[in-house]
Amino acid sequence: MRESRFVSMTLVAPALFLVAGLFLWPLGKSLIGAFVIEPDGEVASRIGIDNFIKAFSLYGQDVLYTVGIVTVATLLVGLISVGIGGYITLCGRPVMVAALKWLYRWPLFIPFVVVGQMMRTFLAKNGFMNNSFEAIGLIDGLTASGYLDWRGIIIAFVWKQTAFAALLVSGAMAALDRSTIEAGRDLGASPWRILGEIIVPQIKTTLMVSLILSFVTMLSVLSVPMMIGTGTPTMMTVDMAWRINGYSDYGVANALGFISMAMAGTVAWIYLKQAVKEGGQN
Amino acid sequence: MRLSIKNLPHILLIALFAWVIFGPLLNMLIWAFTESWFFPAKLPTVWGFKYWERVFRPQAGAIDSLLTSVHIAAWTVVVSLMVAIPAGYALARRSLPVRTLIMLTFLIPQAFPSVAVFINIGRIFYDIGLNGTIFGVVMVHSVQGLVYAVWISTAAFSAVDRDLELAARDLGSSPLLSFRTVSLPIAAPGIMASAIFVFLNSLDEFTGTFFVGVPDITTLPLMMYTASMEGNYQIASITALFLLIPSVGFMLVVERFLKSNVVSKIGV
Repeated sequence: MRESRFVSMTLVAPALFLVAGLFLWPLGKSLIGAFVIEPDGEVASRIGIDNFIKAFSLYGQDVLYTVGIVTVATLLVGLISVGIGGYITLCGRPVMVAALKWLYRWPLFIPFVVVGQMMRTFLAKNGFMNNSFEAIGLIDGLTASGYLDWRGIIIAFVWKQTAFAALLVSGAMAALDRSTIEAGRDLGASPWRILGEIIVPQIKTTLMVSLILSFVTMLSVLSVPMMIGTGTPTMMTVDMAWRINGYSDYGVANALGFISMAMAGTVAWIYLKQAVKEGGQN
Repeated sequence: MRLSIKNLPHILLIALFAWVIFGPLLNMLIWAFTESWFFPAKLPTVWGFKYWERVFRPQAGAIDSLLTSVHIAAWTVVVSLMVAIPAGYALARRSLPVRTLIMLTFLIPQAFPSVAVFINIGRIFYDIGLNGTIFGVVMVHSVQGLVYAVWISTAAFSAVDRDLELAARDLGSSPLLSFRTVSLPIAAPGIMASAIFVFLNSLDEFTGTFFVGVPDITTLPLMMYTASMEGNYQIASITALFLLIPSVGFMLVVERFLKSNVVSKIGV
């Protein structure tokens, strides 16, 4: 048995080694580096929170902007993916359901950098979106404005990330025992009530996991904020790239990285706490 | 289904959704075939392939970027599968301590905000001379792809009927021979699917290459980004189209590779 375990570990070791060397080590370096003040001329490097003070004084507004954008985008992803899943589960019109299933997956494999480029043209002042609105008389083309700011970033994030969340959410909904849904229908509950009170509570774990992964993904995207909504304020990933490429300032970049890790960690922690609490009640 | 008043709200809803999904794609497609387009024209005034020729001119660098991207993605698949196939087999078939923890370890690179990590990989690579090398970029892409490679190959090996392996062993084949002649061929479609995931992930990767490869390595996404930021919307759109075709094509056929008996075991 001991020999067998040794063989098993040997088979897994190279893969683990790759993650340790090329992710965990630089991750640790980044977390520690946030507290290291780099040597400056005669002064040796030391430990402190100077990087955080500098990060907040330079980019405090960007930190809030990032939290705002990613939170709003995550909430929208949640709402729309539940809507898509609910429609697929409850609609009962096979043609419509098939059409929606075919449509919503398209953004799944489209990389963020391509989404950024598409939205740069789609959301521009003279882009396809404003042209469509003008064609149906919603806006006047000459006074129209573009959406290449925080709204554009949110639209790009939601457009791309909803596909992933909807895939998991509708999968979980499809696996549900349909008898509770039928019971709700027999009692005359509206589709909205069935979705909100019967379906969503049962798939809450899947929904939360997909939203946390979406939150972290959107927090890490560099291309979209660089391509849409340039100028100030901007998102933290852009600031980090700028600290490195413009100043080789690893301290402040790592401090910003630490802050984004803390954000992701907070979201995951809130979820775990909630899950443990509910697990205890059951 | 008939067109009736009752169905109209549903048809409008789906039509609106189709506009949301295809509007940005259509806009990109239009730009790819635009020769000139000035405000306030709603559509390009001159259509054509002028920019296609420009993109594929040897000195434009697009062909080089495409070859670099494919080269990196192919090596990423080799590296990922070389470590993922043994790991997947062990995770599916052999007793392992802290198995869940090991599975989760492969998810970590996808579940942490990664920009700070890439910055520090860039620094480490700079010190050991790997910055701006194909090898360096391949290693970064491999770590990002491992979660697909390991999780899907684990699921593929789990879906192999254990009796078939035991039968081969009963007939006197060694563990290695039964792995090579029974388990591996049966798991092959799943492993193929994971290879395609890893390939596409590498082909589309932007942030890691931005911090580890630039300026020496220009992959297709980086070339597209540069063209877009310089305002060359035609060049950017044509390049984007090239990134889209393999991804969308795979999305449409993925179910052929990933059978539901494998899908249900992913991440388990």
